Amino acid sequence: MSITTSKSADGSVLTIRIQGRFDFSSHQEFRDSYENNDSVKEYLIDMKDTTYLDSSALGMLLLLRDFAGGDHANVSISNCNSDVKKILTISNFEQLFVIQ
Amino acid sequence: MDSEPLKILIADDNDSDRMILQAIVRKQGHEVVTARDGVDAIEKFKTTVPKIVLMDALMPRMDGFEAARLIKQLAGEELVPIIFLTSLTDAESLAKCLDAGGDDFLSKPYNRIILQAKINAFNRMRVMHRTLQSQRDQIAENNDHLLQEQQVAKTVFDNVAHLGCLNAKNIKHLLSPLSVFNGDVLLACQKPSGGMHVFLGDFTGHGLPAAIGAMPIAEIFYGMTNKGFAMTDVLREVNQKLKQILPVGFFCCACMIDMSFARGDVEVWIGGLPEAVLYRADGELIKIQSNHLPLGVLAANRFTTETYKYEMSPGDRFFMWSDGIIEARNVNGEMFGEDRLYQVYDDQKISSKLFSSIKQEVHNFIGEGERDDDLTMVEVEMVSEDEVGMGSGGHLAKSALIGPVNWALCYELRGQTLKDFNPLPLLLHIIMEVPGLRLFSGQVYTILAELTSNALEHGVLRLDSGLKSSPEGFTKYYALRAQRLEQLEKQWVRISIDHLPEGLGGLLSIKVVDSGDGFDYSNFKQAKMNNNRYSGRGIPLLTTLCRHFEYVGTGNTVEAEFAWQPEKQ
Repeated sequence: MSITTSKSADGSVLTIRIQGRFDFSSHQEFRDSYENNDSVKEYLIDMKDTTYLDSSALGMLLLLRDFAGGDHANVSISNCNSDVKKILTISNFEQLFVIQ
Repeated sequence: MDSEPLKILIADDNDSDRMILQAIVRKQGHEVVTARDGVDAIEKFKTTVPKIVLMDALMPRMDGFEAARLIKQLAGEELVPIIFLTSLTDAESLAKCLDAGGDDFLSKPYNRIILQAKINAFNRMRVMHRTLQSQRDQIAENNDHLLQEQQVAKTVFDNVAHLGCLNAKNIKHLLSPLSVFNGDVLLACQKPSGGMHVFLGDFTGHGLPAAIGAMPIAEIFYGMTNKGFAMTDVLREVNQKLKQILPVGFFCCACMIDMSFARGDVEVWIGGLPEAVLYRADGELIKIQSNHLPLGVLAANRFTTETYKYEMSPGDRFFMWSDGIIEARNVNGEMFGEDRLYQVYDDQKISSKLFSSIKQEVHNFIGEGERDDDLTMVEVEMVSEDEVGMGSGGHLAKSALIGPVNWALCYELRGQTLKDFNPLPLLLHIIMEVPGLRLFSGQVYTILAELTSNALEHGVLRLDSGLKSSPEGFTKYYALRAQRLEQLEKQWVRISIDHLPEGLGGLLSIKVVDSGDGFDYSNFKQAKMNNNRYSGRGIPLLTTLCRHFEYVGTGNTVEAEFAWQPEKQ
């Protein structure tokens, strides 16, 4: 499990890539990946290499959403595999995030 | 000189001539056997087996010509040079000596130097003949051996890369091997869930190198399909295997489909093969272009499995082929080409005859032309589920049907093991041995993961998810979790799993008990997905996935039932 980030040239878009299982063990790492990035306006969560998501990871995604401005947050989740997508769907996360 | 001592038969009815010749030959170091006439010569030949025969032409009882014929016959494949001794000098008589099977003649009176030279020359020829013969025998033996080995290898190959369910009613196929082994691979297998996987592959090259690559493909294809793996899992595994075993520059162009008769759709992955065709009963033709590299090219982490998906109605047909069809050449070296191929679809209005029409057109086109690639083509027709006639898995390989479907287990984790060991992969592995259940591995994993983490975090470690109401709370929660894990001693979590067959699917019951005090669960059924909070999503997730889900006793016991049926996700 590892989390890597990259920023667009102007610093306004932060891409967070999560590899492997996204669960409680990545809590601190995930939080560190977006805090202390004041210039960021838009967040992209790339789940191309995310194999699994548990319910505590859902909570972490909500933490990020609130950090990014709650209902005004601009957070999108992309490239989910079918298992991950199913969990996001059951939890109605498409109402809160742009899921691509 | 090069004359090793030889056994030489001298046949002459004239005693003095025979004596003289015997003396000369003996003096040259050879062993001599003598005979007085043709009959005697045959007898001596049989008993002493001489290497060279010196034979007088005219003798009583049987003349030299007849004796020479019989000796040649007796010698069989062995070369026994016969040199005629004759006082005749006319060309006709000398020619007669050779016609009778003699190899040369020597005129009387004898010249010992010429005699010695001839014996040496014929001995060389005899040795050369013997060498040639033993080499020929060696080659013949090697060839027999090779053919026999190929036959055995072919049997092994055919057993591994068998036709699967290619003979099903809704499949038509053409496989024309260019040599003993085929460079094309065509595999079909019914899935435990009732659908069908069909795989067409074309290796670079054909014959043995291709056949070697085809074996692991077939193993993986049938093995994984039988166990209920998804098409993309099968492809990923095949790609990784080929990448690992094939030398650089060797790869396998392929197209694989997953046809579901229950849902009426098809999923297609295609890499490196000519475009496949979906031909609808109403005449619509959809070309499906390759959008991947062939199998065995990309490393596992760069391999991608995007697929096309199409709905299909009964009577719709899916066609795929190797480039051998499009690149088939006629006598003038022209290629059959896509235009001619699609022309067949325009011309043939009866779609059930399309397959045989294409086959016929290609055949006619090639005519006397040379075949330079394997021709492989397959048509899979969408039919209604009952028509496949194997909904209950009747066509499945035995190995797929024999799987544990009726069993129970109990696994208890205690003390520090709770901290150090994650039981989920092990348990999931056991559960996925149930034939057909693998399709639901994601959901089963989620259920197991949520149940065990609840038992551990809330039951054993007594962590309150109410803590998770702020970012700082989240951090505190996980800090406490780590701290309390260190202090575990007598605490335990017991996971009981039970699987029973139910119709074509089954019922998976999971019961998790922990050593904690439990909790008041009277209100838990009201738990709703409330996305204003950072926690509490586990239970709604579980109630959605499970047919039955409840806490019992003091709340330290939870029971969940996951009922599954093939293709009704």
